[in-house]
Amino acid sequence: MFDYSTNLGKAQLPNPILTASGCAGSGKELSQFFPLTELGAIVTKSIMLKPRSGRATPRMAETPSGMLNSIGLQGPGIDLFLENDIPWLQSQGARIIVSIAGETVEDYASLARRVRNLPNVIGVEVNISCPNVENRGMVFSCQPDTARAAIENVRRNIGGEIPIFAKLSPDVTDIVSIAREVVNAGADGLALINTVLGMVIDVNTMRPKLAQKTGGLSGPAIRPIAVRAIYQVRAALQKVPIIGMGGVASGKDALELILAGANAVSVGTATFGNPGAAMQIKSELETALIERGFENFVDAVGYAHRMETQ
Amino acid sequence: MSAINARAIQTSAEIISNKKIGAYHHMVFAVDSIGATARPGNFVAISVGGPSSSMILRRAFAIYRASDKGSAGGHIELVVAPHGQGSKWLTSLPLHEKVDMVGPLGTSFGIPTQPARTILVGGGYGSAPLFGLAEILKTRGCRVDMVLGASSAGKIYAPLDGKRSVTSMTITTDDGSAGLHGRVSDALPKLIEENDSEIIYSCGPMAMLEAIQSIADRYGLVHQASVEESMACGIGVCMTCVVPLRGDDGIVRMSRTCIDGPVMDGSSVVWNSKGIIPEGTWGL
Repeated sequence: MFDYSTNLGKAQLPNPILTASGCAGSGKELSQFFPLTELGAIVTKSIMLKPRSGRATPRMAETPSGMLNSIGLQGPGIDLFLENDIPWLQSQGARIIVSIAGETVEDYASLARRVRNLPNVIGVEVNISCPNVENRGMVFSCQPDTARAAIENVRRNIGGEIPIFAKLSPDVTDIVSIAREVVNAGADGLALINTVLGMVIDVNTMRPKLAQKTGGLSGPAIRPIAVRAIYQVRAALQKVPIIGMGGVASGKDALELILAGANAVSVGTATFGNPGAAMQIKSELETALIERGFENFVDAVGYAHRMETQ
Repeated sequence: MSAINARAIQTSAEIISNKKIGAYHHMVFAVDSIGATARPGNFVAISVGGPSSSMILRRAFAIYRASDKGSAGGHIELVVAPHGQGSKWLTSLPLHEKVDMVGPLGTSFGIPTQPARTILVGGGYGSAPLFGLAEILKTRGCRVDMVLGASSAGKIYAPLDGKRSVTSMTITTDDGSAGLHGRVSDALPKLIEENDSEIIYSCGPMAMLEAIQSIADRYGLVHQASVEESMACGIGVCMTCVVPLRGDDGIVRMSRTCIDGPVMDGSSVVWNSKGIIPEGTWGL
């Protein structure tokens, strides 16, 4: 009997397939296509303290094997999120990882206090790497000191009861040093990777396609970047739980991230093209692992790092 | 379960007809449940390009007509303009090929409970959802005046069988190659006055819908507009297809055209807001 369960620090999951924040709405939209309890966990769209309109349109451009977005964290704010979205997810029996995003390091502390003790919330993703913020210089995870400050503020407010995961940007010179910094600041685990900053110019209008000019690139086009980031961080930090994401659209894609060192895999942009993507990937990954002779999912985590003689 | 996407399914749909008509393709898909549950104004989202395609997003198409009966069982009809790579791929598929389809999605046109005098306005292949609507309005005893506009004659989609369900048909073209020389908004005031119209239904480019709204305001008419903003998912999870929409509480929110639309109350849409978030929008 194949054992599909995995651990993310203290959080135990029946399977390693999660949604990616910002790619599953509030959960209600996807529940028509599969029961949310079938996921290892649903990761909610990054929530901020106040309601947020997001950026102007056009917000999206399709690119080869990917898409560029500048949604800008549109959302209802923490009050309405706790009033509407969380109770509904709880009523479904879903395991929930709440993703939080702040404009200041203090915001992270306030948000952490609001989400630390909620039924079914098994973890918190600290999104310190959204590229669609007002001041691109303030992508917290791009500087060691701001990355540390945001994570410390969450850690001070969430004890050992649930794990916190720092979501990092690949748009840095050395992701391993940022990863070490946030783990030293108290992160229990990491979420790798956020979107990659990109841009598309319409050659007919000869202007940028997005109203905000730049946006976050996602989809299979960035998968090799995710695999590289996860592999590098796993090699340096052998015990830290990693939620891997970046262009996973099939079971074999998920397996690639797992072999690189991911303890769980989030499905993001693939859901936009296929509402049932997470369930398809869950079933394909199980088959791919069994075909390769694995009896336990956890044995495949980081398997690409084994000695060459093995 | 929730009310969002409540009738939607993801299914494999077989192409049972694919005919080139003018600048467009009329395509029929055998798909029992969507044929039975779709309402005028709803859309479907179709995967394009095949399994190894670099096109990762679905393409959204307004449903032209839907039926739960027929020789091949339930089916839906689409009018596809082969403009982009994805729609070119779709229209090039042979008969009996199957595509991955999600639907029916989105809001539908509201049907009056009493017979009413209606005007249906379509731009280009935006006429597609209006013919199914016209059939229903006609069976409810409504007067149905239809106005279709396009840049030139070849881009008007007005099939003969569709014309049967309208009371009158007016064509406008920007270049004068068919019908009246001008835009649909040039033809509307006279039609409204002559027929004492009560409701406008529209589908087409945003600039056209905005022009129709100002005419609806002038005559005090209800305007149900099917809006278009580029979508990534079609099911409400990605938040890319938003337009500013005034709610019943008077607050303007960036609202998803895939689940709060595509059919929206024209007087509630904050028009001409491409590239900006209007002042006072919730969460700005």
